[in-house]
Amino acid sequence: MSLWEYANPVKFLRLSERVLPMLWVLAISSTVVGLLWGFFFTPDDIRQGSTVKIIYIHVPAALMAINAWFMMLVASLIWLIRRHHVSALAAKAAAPVGVVMTLIALITGAIWGQPMWGTWWVWDPRLTSFLILFLFYLGYIALWEAIEDSDTAADLTAVLCMVGSVFAVLSRYAVNFWNQGLHQGTSIPVATGERSVADVFFVPLLISMVGLGLLFFALTLYRTGTEIRMRRTKALLAREGRN
Amino acid sequence: MTLTVTNLTIIRGGLPVLADVSFVLETGQALILRGPNGVGKTTLLRTIAGLQPSLNGKVSGAQDQIAYAAHSDGLKAMLSVTENLSFWAEVFGQSDISHALAAFELENLSDRLAGTLSAGQKRRLGLSAVAGDRTAHLGSDEPTVSLDTTSVAMFAVAVESHLKSGGMALIATHIDLGIEQANVLDVTPFIARNDVAMGSSVEAFL
Amino acid sequence: MKALLIRDIRLAVRAGGGFGLGLAFFLIVIVMVPFAVGADTGLLSKIAPGVLWIGALLACLLSLDRLLALDFEDGTLDLLATAPLPLEAALSVKALAHWITTGLPLVIAAPVLGVLMNLPTQGYVWLVLSLLLGTPALSVIGTFGAALTVGIKRGGLLLSLLVLPLYLPTLIFGAEAAQRGAAGADASTPMLLLAGISAATIALMPFASAAVLKVNLR
Repeated sequence: MSLWEYANPVKFLRLSERVLPMLWVLAISSTVVGLLWGFFFTPDDIRQGSTVKIIYIHVPAALMAINAWFMMLVASLIWLIRRHHVSALAAKAAAPVGVVMTLIALITGAIWGQPMWGTWWVWDPRLTSFLILFLFYLGYIALWEAIEDSDTAADLTAVLCMVGSVFAVLSRYAVNFWNQGLHQGTSIPVATGERSVADVFFVPLLISMVGLGLLFFALTLYRTGTEIRMRRTKALLAREGRN
Repeated sequence: MTLTVTNLTIIRGGLPVLADVSFVLETGQALILRGPNGVGKTTLLRTIAGLQPSLNGKVSGAQDQIAYAAHSDGLKAMLSVTENLSFWAEVFGQSDISHALAAFELENLSDRLAGTLSAGQKRRLGLSAVAGDRTAHLGSDEPTVSLDTTSVAMFAVAVESHLKSGGMALIATHIDLGIEQANVLDVTPFIARNDVAMGSSVEAFL
Repeated sequence: MKALLIRDIRLAVRAGGGFGLGLAFFLIVIVMVPFAVGADTGLLSKIAPGVLWIGALLACLLSLDRLLALDFEDGTLDLLATAPLPLEAALSVKALAHWITTGLPLVIAAPVLGVLMNLPTQGYVWLVLSLLLGTPALSVIGTFGAALTVGIKRGGLLLSLLVLPLYLPTLIFGAEAAQRGAAGADASTPMLLLAGISAATIALMPFASAAVLKVNLR
């Protein structure tokens, strides 16, 4: 019983229908638990007060923003090599979820930094890299929307995802280089680095990360199912049209 | 050099249009493709030329030497007749365009900009760019649109001389070109009857 | 290959070919900057390297949709795809023609426009050098974007959305090199990285471009 069985759209739909209800419950509950715990039941930070609590959204969202793109990259490769339509549609379905995660990461990053910087945005290397990732997501989604033929769209967006990944990594280094000379003290401290020792902060963070991860999984699974149904409808119509 | 097409099933828009097409073409031969509009002749030519993937079957032999030429024939309005012809001649590995100019009676027009030619003259120029060449094999899609009988005859002569010097030609056309060495293949019997075929995009979702 | 290069250059240079449009656009963008930020020569001189880089980059971007769309419509690409020449080579040549007719003129025009932007004297050499090293990358990356969107009607805006993020590393290192040079500092690191990006993209992008073009020709 191999995972590749689920490359069959119909089998995939059946599996996702069985799995989704419980997945939604798990995802939402862990996200809520993580956020509530983190926001209301952890002590304030000595230096940053209560604004630091925003990391309970910011860090998981930022992590998922990157993981989503990585998942799209893997799904794109699977499409290019093994031509499994489910894979291509999964990448297409994941992109909007990823772009929203990126946006959340950007906004929460700005909110977090505002008290420290006195302004709503600075071109901190990490935030800037996420802004660039946001642009890559937009381009990917726009390309899917612009092309009529599904297989052509799948092929083109898959190559774009691969090329984009290379340039995204390159941009990360370029941005680090670029911001070297600028104000040093304004970068956001690595949340996990400072807090991994303190359990009281780390556990709710972990739960939020798991929660948001499951949420991404559930949303993508659901959206992939929708994409498959749309293609199925088109296929049935095409068959009708021929007879 | 033999072009062998075996059980070729071609697709357009995810659905098969022609199924199990088979033929063999030797050097010096021409094959005329006949069939009603929309049956799939263009798709067949493009698939054989390598521009589109097929669903099933094989094309072997001269496939990577087939040039696909359709109505839009790669002519640039701002280049002269000579400049257009020399470009395509060089791309296909030739250097002498005088044969092509003579065959299609374009010598007087050789320095005119392609954009200033009449429609018929432009078609002759387009044909000469591909038919005049000796090395590539010719895949031609409705080459005689908007040509008068004299020009059609010129095209037929050019194709015959291309065939005599070792080329082959695959031509989709409604018109009887009068080429001696031509066989005719009516593709109507190959129309795909079953609604979907194994492995097509559409089939994957049903 | 040489024939393709000569043909593309001829086409660009003849009437209606679009040669000179890039230059005119470059000029207009630079002229707009002082109107937008004020005529303080100190400020202008400070932002000159970056602004000149952006102007050149945008001018390159604008000429990209002509690169492949015209050939796509008139059947040239179909013929080239079935010709003996590998498509990767054909696209490399087209990118080269684009650079010669668009990028190179921008490189030459840049010092002239640098005068308008009060570029510090020591910055001229570095500006020209950085543009010289960076514009080839812009042409090659742009060719990929053009190949990606060649089948899309009025795909110019989408082309820009896709290509500009890919241009960022080149812009960052190029502008940084020009900036450091203008300030009298050592610009060798960004210059070398810029050269590296150009070399890598020239070598590798044609493969991606050919792959997506073949998809679009299906």
